[in-house]
Amino acid sequence: MSAHDTFIAQHSFIELTARERARALLDAGTFRELIGPFDRLESPWLAMQNVVCQADDGVVIARGKFGGEAAVIAAIEPAFQGGSIGEVSGAKIAAALELAVREFEAGRKIRPVILFETGGVRLQEANLGLAVIAEIQAAIVALRRYVPVVGVIGGMVGCFGGMSLAAALCSRLVMTRQARLGMNGPEVIEQEAGVEELDSRDRRLIWSMIGGEQRTAVGLADTLVEDDTNQVRDAVLSAFERGVPASHRTEQVDAQLERLARVDPSAIDPAVLRTLWQGDV
Amino acid sequence: MENLRYEYPATRPVPQRAHVGVVGSGDLEILLSPSESQHAEVVIRTSVDGYEHVWKSVLDRFFSRYDGAARLELNDFGATPGVVMLRLAEAVEASEGDAP
Repeated sequence: MSAHDTFIAQHSFIELTARERARALLDAGTFRELIGPFDRLESPWLAMQNVVCQADDGVVIARGKFGGEAAVIAAIEPAFQGGSIGEVSGAKIAAALELAVREFEAGRKIRPVILFETGGVRLQEANLGLAVIAEIQAAIVALRRYVPVVGVIGGMVGCFGGMSLAAALCSRLVMTRQARLGMNGPEVIEQEAGVEELDSRDRRLIWSMIGGEQRTAVGLADTLVEDDTNQVRDAVLSAFERGVPASHRTEQVDAQLERLARVDPSAIDPAVLRTLWQGDV
Repeated sequence: MENLRYEYPATRPVPQRAHVGVVGSGDLEILLSPSESQHAEVVIRTSVDGYEHVWKSVLDRFFSRYDGAARLELNDFGATPGVVMLRLAEAVEASEGDAP
């Protein structure tokens, strides 16, 4: 196929809304939303600060089947408030994961998927957002003993802040080339440390540091996919079929410290990091 | 942020509820639910203040063709009149036919 035909044959995952992403990943006809927009569980804090609410607070919780097995997907809507995690949207994700833990405790199975697309905590909800991100992280750790917790970072928002730690806790992480994963976003770093430290408008530089290709190459994410819904679904399915990892990335503390020790902060760039870290995970 | 409310006459019930759109830049979310009353009600929350006359014009035109007894909740994040009209049409289509 020519590049043109390949492009036309792709079904963009990035261009989908959170609800469409969840529906597209689940087996056809099995999508069922929990706490949907008509339940009107919206943020109690945004209107007080003159910000328009969204009826689902920017998170879609979907039950259904994935690869023929029961599944739950928590999908963050990139277009609403930068995918930020507020008290309600975060509680929806945490509760979905906690309910999945209870399924295993009751002897049943369920496949959990988190579709990340978030700048992290919603600043208007401050500590309540931070607290609920901690709940999400605790739930991922509790759940990943039973089943791989699979994260997908679609793009173009990426995954930042406390939610980047939640992504790192996932058993397996799927990223597109367009997706980014990092603690502080480039704009924040430029604002705090100056443009000499990092020019946030230099897209080639930003993606070479925190883009999906680099994150996969250095072993901080597992699977790199094109912006194609079928590729995302195949990657998530294969992540489940490989079962729970013998040890999770975040449990390999000594190995990660040893990796860090190999880095000389005065002489590091994305290409050097690849040669230092490639292939050792 | 501004809150607006409008009422329009209706002549028939609406088959099912519908949800379309997102509260993202230049877009809006619409929740359309069947109403028990004999009129249509539109409740708007918009991030852009001072455009009540434009909302009135857009809705007047929309309700010159739409006669469903529906409650429409619009959460708007700076959608242009054209986008509002498209989303309204999308919501109506979803509430009339089979669910997508």
